[in-house]
Amino acid sequence: MTQTDTLVLQSSGLSMAFGDFKVLEDIDLRVTQGEIVGVLGPNGAGKTTLMNLLTGAYAPTAGRVQLMGKDVTRLATAARCRQGLGRTHQVPRPFTGMTVFENVLVSVRHGRATAVPDPVAVAWDVLHDTGLAASANRQASTLGLLDRKRLELSRALATDPQVLLLDEIGGGLTEAEGDKLVALIGNIHASGVTIIWIEHIMRMLLNSCSRLICMAGGQIIADGAPGEVIDAPAVQSAYFGAAA
Amino acid sequence: MMTQSLITVTRGGATAQITLALLAVAALVLAGLPWLSGIGGSGRAVALLVYILLAVMWNALAGFAGLVSIGQTLFFGVAAYITIRLADAGVDPYVAILLAIAAGALLGWITSLFMLSLSGGEFAIGMWVLSSLAHLCVNLDPLIQGETGTSLIALNAYALETRSAWTLWLALAVTVAVLAALVVLLRSRTGAAITAIRDDEIGSRSIGVDVIRTKRIVFVLAATGTAAAGALWLASNTTFQPRAYFGVQWTAYMLFMVLVGGLGRIEGALIGALLFFVIETLFGAFGAWYLVGLGAVAVGFALFLPNGIWGWIGPRLPGEAIPTGYLITEINKTSREEN
Repeated sequence: MTQTDTLVLQSSGLSMAFGDFKVLEDIDLRVTQGEIVGVLGPNGAGKTTLMNLLTGAYAPTAGRVQLMGKDVTRLATAARCRQGLGRTHQVPRPFTGMTVFENVLVSVRHGRATAVPDPVAVAWDVLHDTGLAASANRQASTLGLLDRKRLELSRALATDPQVLLLDEIGGGLTEAEGDKLVALIGNIHASGVTIIWIEHIMRMLLNSCSRLICMAGGQIIADGAPGEVIDAPAVQSAYFGAAA
Repeated sequence: MMTQSLITVTRGGATAQITLALLAVAALVLAGLPWLSGIGGSGRAVALLVYILLAVMWNALAGFAGLVSIGQTLFFGVAAYITIRLADAGVDPYVAILLAIAAGALLGWITSLFMLSLSGGEFAIGMWVLSSLAHLCVNLDPLIQGETGTSLIALNAYALETRSAWTLWLALAVTVAVLAALVVLLRSRTGAAITAIRDDEIGSRSIGVDVIRTKRIVFVLAATGTAAAGALWLASNTTFQPRAYFGVQWTAYMLFMVLVGGLGRIEGALIGALLFFVIETLFGAFGAWYLVGLGAVAVGFALFLPNGIWGWIGPRLPGEAIPTGYLITEINKTSREEN
């Protein structure tokens, strides 16, 4: 998918405070269609809070979020999902009492703006694309970590997202497993989904992203091409420590 | 990567057919009790059906929607009270029961408008407060005479044999209808959402499930079924003393049946109700010791079989007994690349 200048997800002046403690300050984020944006930063930088504000898990103390040009600041998570904002969770949240197939079927039936004529076929296609088709009848509770992450991705994809937010999806995987996941995410991006990817594992982001954002202390301290961001002095000191 | 392969979806196999046959036989036997065993048998059968209604509804609420209520007696008691009031106003008692069930549904919907914004312990205690409040209000009605209570005297218009048979058949029809409604609901689009919320509420929101709307559907259904149980209990026992309907013992019974049977499965609630009925029939006459025994059984299950009876049986069966899931069979399997 080629990049266009259409803004798909945008935040302006987005801030979040818990009591007097400011977690995020004045975040202006602009993501255009077809981008794959990596978000990195040390622990406590505000990455997960940003994610929760974008998906609607929290209401911001100030600022706005726009999805496809529409203000969604006051919309609940489920409504944002139906408008095209998919997400995965850092710790996978499978519906453990259901099979893999049923997990994805719920997504197809509830996560889309308009109903599809044949949800069963759509769910099956998604499982094919994510490599879980062979496990369709397995109870989700029996899946290993990589397959749980694939299931998170499958469920998010089944909602037909325009924008997909990945929350530290690479954590806890071996390098080989991580490579499989990166390949899968590449396929998803190639199919036309804009991706925002929060991750600790720098290597994954460097190999995949068209743009990197580095956060520290609740602010964006660098934003640009991956090479430039990594080399920026502010990033070097915030992320790798002053000595690096 | 897109391989064209055809799939078929199966929902329920031999296990489900056997279960349906067993349930049908049980329903026929219960329907024939007025001829088989007379008035006493019919009365006990209504008790069993009331327990089933209470267990299945409490399980739908707690096991599926994650709403642990200790005040479902609100609907149980209010439905019985409304039946008394309508019958006193000259409505036929059986019509009054049906109207009281409808009133229970309406009360459930109104209650849901403010109770569903609470969660966890707040919701549980809030329901108990509402139930206590309703209990106090009912006690103020001069017709009820406080805890002295009154009776559904309008039932005397029917001969004893007639009314015990009618009450049983009405209880059976209502229980079958409520069970069927629940199974149809759980197999539907909304049912998949209910099951998803049971397993992970935050995960459900993330894939677009409207959690409040889904919970409201379950809450109103549970209110309706529990109201039906209250009105039927009144029709079977004829006396109405507020404490006997709003009392906390009913909450304990609901918890017992669902936890012992297996939370989150209809089959578990059915088995829990049956077990409770058997224990009550055998040991109910022992008074306080019966309650001690009931508590001991509950503790035993919590320690040694925490997922209840169905939590042990269910996974050992070749298929779902009450089928709500989907089984995929791939036909004309083409070679597929696994990555």
